Amino acid sequence: MFRRSFNRFCAGEEKRVGTRTVFVGNHPVSETEAYIAQKFCDNRIISSKYTLWNFLPKNLFEQFRRIANFYFLIIFLIQVTVDTPTSPITSGLPLFFVITVTAIKQGYEDWLRHRADNEVNKSTVYIIENAKRVKKESEKIKVGDIVEVQADETFPCDLILLSSCTVDGTCYVTTASLDGESNCKTHYAVRDTIELRTVESIDNLRAAIECEQPQSDLYKFVGRINIYSNSLEAVARSLGPENLLLKGATLKNTKKIYGVAVYTGMETKMALNYQGKSQKRSAVEKSINAFLIVYLFILLTKAAICTTLKYVWQSTPYNDEPWYNQKTQKERETWKVLKMFTDFLSFMVLFNFIIPVSMYVTVEMQKFLGSFFISWDNDFYDEEINEGALVNTSDLNEELGQVDYVFTDKTGTLTENSMEFIECCIDGHKYKGVAQETDGLSQTDGPLPYLDRADKNREELFLRALCLCHTVEVKPNDTVDGVTESSELTYMSSSPDEIALVKGAKKYGFTFVGVQNGYMRVENQRKEIEEYELLHTLNFDSVRRRMSVIVKTQSGDILLFCKGADSAVFPRVQNHEIDLIKVHVEHNAMEGYRTLCIAFKEIAPDDYERVNRQLIEAKMALQDREEKMEKVFDEIETDMHLIGATAVEDKLQDQAAETIEALHAAGLKVWVLTGDKMETAKSTCYACRLFQTNTELLELTTKTIEESERKEDRLHELLTEYRKKLLREFPKSTRSLKKAWTEHQEYGLIIDGSTLSLILNSSQDSGSNNYRSIFLQICMKCTAVLCCRMAPLQKAQIVRMVKNLKGSPITLSIGDGANDVSMILESHVGIGIKGKEGRQASRNSDYAVPKFKHLKKLLLAHGHLYYVRIAHLVQYFFYKPLYDAAYLTMYNICFTSLPILAYSLLEQHINIDTLTSDPRLYMKISGNAMLQLGPFLYWTFLAAFEGTVFFFGTYFLFQTTSLDENGKVYGNWTFGTIIFTILVFTVTLKLALDTRFWTWINHLVIWGSLAFYVFFSFFWGGIIWPFLKQQRMYFIFAQMLSSVSIWLTIILLIFVSLSPEMLRIVLRSVRRRKSES
Amino acid sequence: MAMNYNAKDEVDGGPPCPPGGTAKTRRPDNTAFKQQRLPAWQPILTAGTVLPTFFIIGLIFIPIGIGIFVTSNNIREIEIDYTGTDPSSPCYKCLSPNVTPCICTINFTLDQSFEGNVFMYYGLSNFYQNHRRYVKSRDDGQLNGDPSALLNPSKECEPYRRNEDKPIAPCGAIANSMFNDTLELFQVGNASDLMPITLKKKGIAWWTDKNVKFRNPPGTDPLEERFKGTTKPVNWVKPVYMLDSDEDNNGFINEDFIVWMRTAALPTFRKLYRLIERKNDLHPTLPAGRYYLNITYIILNTLHVLFISSIVNHLHTVDKNTGTWSL
Repeated sequence: MFRRSFNRFCAGEEKRVGTRTVFVGNHPVSETEAYIAQKFCDNRIISSKYTLWNFLPKNLFEQFRRIANFYFLIIFLIQVTVDTPTSPITSGLPLFFVITVTAIKQGYEDWLRHRADNEVNKSTVYIIENAKRVKKESEKIKVGDIVEVQADETFPCDLILLSSCTVDGTCYVTTASLDGESNCKTHYAVRDTIELRTVESIDNLRAAIECEQPQSDLYKFVGRINIYSNSLEAVARSLGPENLLLKGATLKNTKKIYGVAVYTGMETKMALNYQGKSQKRSAVEKSINAFLIVYLFILLTKAAICTTLKYVWQSTPYNDEPWYNQKTQKERETWKVLKMFTDFLSFMVLFNFIIPVSMYVTVEMQKFLGSFFISWDNDFYDEEINEGALVNTSDLNEELGQVDYVFTDKTGTLTENSMEFIECCIDGHKYKGVAQETDGLSQTDGPLPYLDRADKNREELFLRALCLCHTVEVKPNDTVDGVTESSELTYMSSSPDEIALVKGAKKYGFTFVGVQNGYMRVENQRKEIEEYELLHTLNFDSVRRRMSVIVKTQSGDILLFCKGADSAVFPRVQNHEIDLIKVHVEHNAMEGYRTLCIAFKEIAPDDYERVNRQLIEAKMALQDREEKMEKVFDEIETDMHLIGATAVEDKLQDQAAETIEALHAAGLKVWVLTGDKMETAKSTCYACRLFQTNTELLELTTKTIEESERKEDRLHELLTEYRKKLLREFPKSTRSLKKAWTEHQEYGLIIDGSTLSLILNSSQDSGSNNYRSIFLQICMKCTAVLCCRMAPLQKAQIVRMVKNLKGSPITLSIGDGANDVSMILESHVGIGIKGKEGRQASRNSDYAVPKFKHLKKLLLAHGHLYYVRIAHLVQYFFYKPLYDAAYLTMYNICFTSLPILAYSLLEQHINIDTLTSDPRLYMKISGNAMLQLGPFLYWTFLAAFEGTVFFFGTYFLFQTTSLDENGKVYGNWTFGTIIFTILVFTVTLKLALDTRFWTWINHLVIWGSLAFYVFFSFFWGGIIWPFLKQQRMYFIFAQMLSSVSIWLTIILLIFVSLSPEMLRIVLRSVRRRKSES
Repeated sequence: MAMNYNAKDEVDGGPPCPPGGTAKTRRPDNTAFKQQRLPAWQPILTAGTVLPTFFIIGLIFIPIGIGIFVTSNNIREIEIDYTGTDPSSPCYKCLSPNVTPCICTINFTLDQSFEGNVFMYYGLSNFYQNHRRYVKSRDDGQLNGDPSALLNPSKECEPYRRNEDKPIAPCGAIANSMFNDTLELFQVGNASDLMPITLKKKGIAWWTDKNVKFRNPPGTDPLEERFKGTTKPVNWVKPVYMLDSDEDNNGFINEDFIVWMRTAALPTFRKLYRLIERKNDLHPTLPAGRYYLNITYIILNTLHVLFISSIVNHLHTVDKNTGTWSL
């Protein structure tokens, strides 16, 4: 209470200081010190755009920011205010319709977002308040609250770990939803708070945390905790990222923890990494806008010319005001300039039909309805999760056919995120699965390994090595009753492949049972427990790329087991052993397996003494500890004996490789962006054939760069070197790139997060810009790029970088975890995988599919079709070229919209099966090919031609005296109706010509709309409409049809105007036949 | 047309058949429509299919064309310019604004007799009946006999809406500028005697216009009573209820008026003026010979003459059109 009232007084004060001070449990730390509360935001997550109150104005504002809507609004206003030839209803009604439909759609979407937010914000959490456990809603958490989190719950905000149920104050956390790493990470509590394991004790804690203001980097955190115990001097402890539990991460294998909230709500690192969902525009929409501007220009010119002509014509008094057609007094008195202006405006309104309002309605409808086909597609249905595809935005259907770059996440997207032990090789003998190696695939779940090739002792040594050389832990609750059936053991480790190895060893009879009192227990093939004293663990790091353990056997021998990447192990073993295994290792690497080599060495007791001393010394070192330890490790891990190698498969998703190949063939560039380690990612890339065996890899990683003293120099060197290499290879410009791929050496680029940030953010001088451009040049010339160790925001950075390339290529991101959200949002099209890592990705994506393989059909078939359909739709609308208001309104909406809508929903100019099986077809439509200037001009000229034919055809018809047998004459309304009838028929028949896929719906709609036109015309002209002031159309249509010459004219003109199109189609088929033969 | 039916799916539009049946699956229905596998006809236009089609269509139209050509050759037409711009023309005197009403006579000769029904048209050129302001300047409610619109015409009629505080009936620029020349036709007999030729006034307007769209104000009173409270258009000589003696061709349903009110599409236009019906099969409607055309220009006052003269500068024609292919 006190705090709250206090807060009110100094709201805003001290808000933006460099650090924030958090009082644990919101208790003032001491009586003497003034308690100054800072104002922090609450723990509410807001991803919605509107509230109930601001929806209407905000939404309208957003909508009128679209050029088209704004334009139509202007036209509408002109029509309302100025005396114009057409009634305001003509343009007002469709505009109103469009706006309403869009508003409803967006409102609904926002409502869904509100609901999702609420779900998060209202979830229950437990807060320790006044030594009691209080149940609260998540959004009520304040900075400084002590929060209790139980196993498998996600953290509701960013917490500093105070204590956990374990003795050592550690807890395991998986950050899969943040950065995609599914392994467990250990986080620590500060030493002084470990003991506070009860509600009461934790509430008594008096401490203040000083930490930096929220920032988005997930791996950075600097802070300090001052603990005031019993009014003594404060104890200060430093806090690092290992103390910070991030919102969105999940607590694993720890019963419960207590933590104090430091960042809440929109200030959490997750929220900062989350980018607001901005409205995505498709390339087609951009084309539409471009066309719109061209047409707007034409319109303005046309209106200007017409106004000029009007005044030229009116310059003779007879034309201006003939005796039979006098002006009103008001008209005469109007100021001339104003008159010219209003004339100009009314001409604009008159011609505004060349920019079709209804196109937007139709495009929206087409997109909306069209997206159903995606969610209806049976091929996207996944048995496992019992769901099909999900479409979140319908605006981007056609964009799926336009993708140039595909960015994919690895974990959970390409791979299933489970490692599997595939084979091993002992002394050059290969063991595959559980059966003994023959070169063929033996996949039987046969009996225990039948090992005849390698020496029995070596085998056991190898398997023991597998069992011992790791940092795997056995999940505590499974080991309660000591050694039970091995199948019940649950392993956990920071690296999933270690688990795979241990499980692999188990298959061969050696089971790792656990660590007890510093002894590692292994159950061997004879079901005996062997105990090894674990002396030292030489941890894995990405520079050494190996790890070792030193153990003491029961017999007292001291053994060192080492496992690591081949390149890290081979130089450290006797040469003659390498050759045997190298073959296998290389073979496996090509297959895309992760290979690790296992080596061992016996350490004489004397040597061990020395080693032990060195190790302890290094571990104790306060300065340069890392370096010193590395040096010692290096010394120890020499002169080893190679025993064998293992192959672990990071299991790929079903058909991932085929999909990638298809995408490659379709001319797409696939980039893998992952938060994972480089080795893992690389092997996955091999496995999914992103990198081929002949792909030359260019590496830009910490490993390659840190070898030299000055990172930037080295980076620069590498960059220029790679560029030279690539430029030599591709002397021509990028245009020939697609072809070049098939002929030239393929290049793959590997880059990691730290290097990337070096490139992007390095010294702010001119050099950094240079790096960036060189880097981009390299990227563009590589067939495949792998970016590993990426933070979520970095992923988005990459996407943004590529997006802003010259020619602004269309990017597509696909991912499954919360760490992919920013990338999904950044790219043009975001696709979420409905995977195991939660629903965050699919919620924020534009499309969600159950599996990566579905991407193939989504892009190649749906994307292609949608693009072709919408392109046609748009062109058709601009092609559709005046007089009665109702007719005009009806023209766009009824007579000609439905057929094109049906067309645009159902057209399959090429069979879906063909599309999926021949990815090269995709290239044909890449780069927005159908909405470029050429086709656009073609359609425009076609329209102009037809317009001319219509008008002058009818004009000549009216030169003759009588069109009717009884000599009666026709007026201007008949003239218009004839033109209009021809127009409707031509436009509809033109569509019929273009339709290559006639389903019954097409038949119904095309012929139906023609019939409807006729029916409507009769109806509209058949009645004296009481609400209309002018009965212009009365009986015109029926009267018109009674004239034979008009019939003939209509038929003739339709034929004439369709002939160029028919000619084109025929010529094209002739040409195609020629090229075939 | 080359065509191939493409029925890829046997489950054509069939009901969805969930595989499990019991558990609620969210598997999309496996219908042909939803899976985009509707059977479809895929026509391919090739030269081989299009050329024969065109050829056949062409063949069909050849006899039609021949028929049209023959009938159009049978059409006889004579055009008489009575504008009077030429000083030698008898109507030259009528250009002067002072002569009112002005009567002039033009004689002409038919070399061939006109056999069928004959249509008389008047033609005007450079008269913009399609002007936007002009086209709008009418009140269809008034013309349909709506009593309220009769006394309070639409604003569209401005500046021909009211005259001296009385509503104009019919209001608007179209009605005001109605063609009001009177044309009479005489055949010159063998003894140079003049035989008037009956010109039919009715049957020149659309049936629907005459019977539905144009209505006199309701009532049983004489027309004059029914139009009470209105005034004639400024340019007119007579009020609307005195256009014709025939009750069925008077007021708004006067056919000359209705024809004029159907505005022309182009600035040079013709409108049907009179019909000369064929009397019997033995005699031609208009035998070859000499004819007189009597034209009465009715000029209201000097003020308006000025305007008329500007129109008279251009073509005033009377056309005769005989022979119809539609008989």
